[in-house]
Amino acid sequence: MSRFAAILFVVWIIVLATTPLHAENYVVRGAIMIAMFSTLALSWNIIGGFAGYPSLATAAFVGLGSYVGAVSQVHGVPMVIAWLLATAVVGVVAAGIGGLLLRLKGHYFAIGSIVLVELFRLIASSWSSVTGGGNGLNVPLLRWEPDEVAQMFLLVMLGLMVLAFFMNVAIKNHRLGFGLNCIRQNEDAADMVGVDTTKYKVIGFTFSAFLCGTVGAVYASWVGYIDPTESFQIVLTLKVAVMALMGGAGTLLGPVIGASAFVILEEVVWVNFLSWNRAILGVLIVVLIFFLPNGILNLRIFSFLRAKHKGDARREKP
Amino acid sequence: MDVAQLLMNGLALGALYACLAVGFSLVWGVLNVINMLHGSFVVLGGYLAFFLWSYFGIHPLFALPIVGLVLFGLGYGLQYTLTNKVIHAPVLTTLTLTFGLDMILYNLMTVFFSATPRRIRLDMGSFEVMGVFMPADRVVGMVLAVTLTGMLYYVMRSSRIGRAIVAVRMDRIAAQLMGIRVNNIYAITFGIGAMMAGLAGVILVIVFPTTTSVAGVYLGKAFVVCVVGGLGSVPGALVGGLVLGVVESFASHFFGPQNAPIIGYVLLLFLLLVKPTGLVGVKGYE
Repeated sequence: MSRFAAILFVVWIIVLATTPLHAENYVVRGAIMIAMFSTLALSWNIIGGFAGYPSLATAAFVGLGSYVGAVSQVHGVPMVIAWLLATAVVGVVAAGIGGLLLRLKGHYFAIGSIVLVELFRLIASSWSSVTGGGNGLNVPLLRWEPDEVAQMFLLVMLGLMVLAFFMNVAIKNHRLGFGLNCIRQNEDAADMVGVDTTKYKVIGFTFSAFLCGTVGAVYASWVGYIDPTESFQIVLTLKVAVMALMGGAGTLLGPVIGASAFVILEEVVWVNFLSWNRAILGVLIVVLIFFLPNGILNLRIFSFLRAKHKGDARREKP
Repeated sequence: MDVAQLLMNGLALGALYACLAVGFSLVWGVLNVINMLHGSFVVLGGYLAFFLWSYFGIHPLFALPIVGLVLFGLGYGLQYTLTNKVIHAPVLTTLTLTFGLDMILYNLMTVFFSATPRRIRLDMGSFEVMGVFMPADRVVGMVLAVTLTGMLYYVMRSSRIGRAIVAVRMDRIAAQLMGIRVNNIYAITFGIGAMMAGLAGVILVIVFPTTTSVAGVYLGKAFVVCVVGGLGSVPGALVGGLVLGVVESFASHFFGPQNAPIIGYVLLLFLLLVKPTGLVGVKGYE
């Protein structure tokens, strides 16, 4: 990542963080959504971008996080503890599921991970004694001023986004990132030269999941109500992958750019074309696949945002 | 409820699942594409049959060829113009592309057909054989589904196009060297996949109410059937469909109907881990 890109990231964080000072609540809500989806896209980037595994389990982990957070808050656990609990539970579940699912490759992994979303949704709706079933759950709301609540959630989501970003930086510069990169290029060869592929993949998968749990729990506290169909959406899973692809999968700034651009575009589409929003987003995805296959960040005009090639070579020397 | 009744219910449901999933399985096996459009194709087939029936009075049986032709054309066109261009890209690219197309089709259907559940009521009554009670429309649906799946099997086995599809599935490059136009075969295969989805939709609209929101449910069934049976072969889809139907029928009796799909997905994950080639699949096609 070039120095310019780092400056750009800091400026973008400041712009988002200061929205409550100069804009109305609607814009603040947009900023929270941008921070939230940036966190999810950055998390997805670790398994989907670095390791090149088509993971579609994002919504399963977000939903699980929402439910763990909401159920524990309903039972009187303080809000922040509930968020941490959701993070831990999702991390453990992801490590367990990862150990099983990551033995699959390609299409089978994609199907296995997308089925998790449906499976969790069905369990959430049929286990009604705990989850409230199809009626959903009401999460206790904060008794603060609405403005304060929005500001607090904005700062929390931005914090998560920064955390996810630094997690990406750390992993990319660490052995783990190098190993995941090897797995993306040629898993068999990586295995042959001594990369413990299973261990790396499971660790990568866990890293890509646990913040999804936090985001889910924070989101549940923010909106105050969750139900199975809203929490576990296959659309959400694909949206996050599309955002990362749109910005540039495997890069550091790409997921942030993609998530910001997508959320803004989606908002414009929602406002202007209510009954056609789904089709327009579909057209957007199709156009993206054909005209931006490598993401916005990999366009030639944005080359100044990418890492210098020399730096890459130095860092990737074993 | 006795075992024979549950088994019969399961087989009737399973035949529908097989017909529903065989096109999805073919597309996955031959093109290596996870076709997220499949569920919407099923719903589109059902809607077309419903409107042919309610506006022109065309019996669903005669709607089958019309719907099949329309869906084949749609599938062929989509594959020829769009998906073929990225057919060798990673999984996520083709999956996302078909998902984008699905969003467009879904939106078009909700706008033009609205989301009201629709069903063709043929009112054929029901009958009882040896203590097993069956609504007649279900039996008709089952017979139709098995017949259509059998016809596809026959086409794959004994027509030139069917042989060419199998050849491309086995070895694309060798098939190309033998003079098969692979891009055309891809488009035909996707067309057949869409056609089978549409035909399954016509049968389903006789048995169950159809609306746009069940597209995802049908797609989920196709996933399970494919993994259970194995990819790209008609017998695989038939076995997978029947197994899923019977398992769901027993599961909904013992664990309650809301938990039956959970058992289906658990079966999928279990088989993925234990035997990803499916019950009758052949190794090397994944």
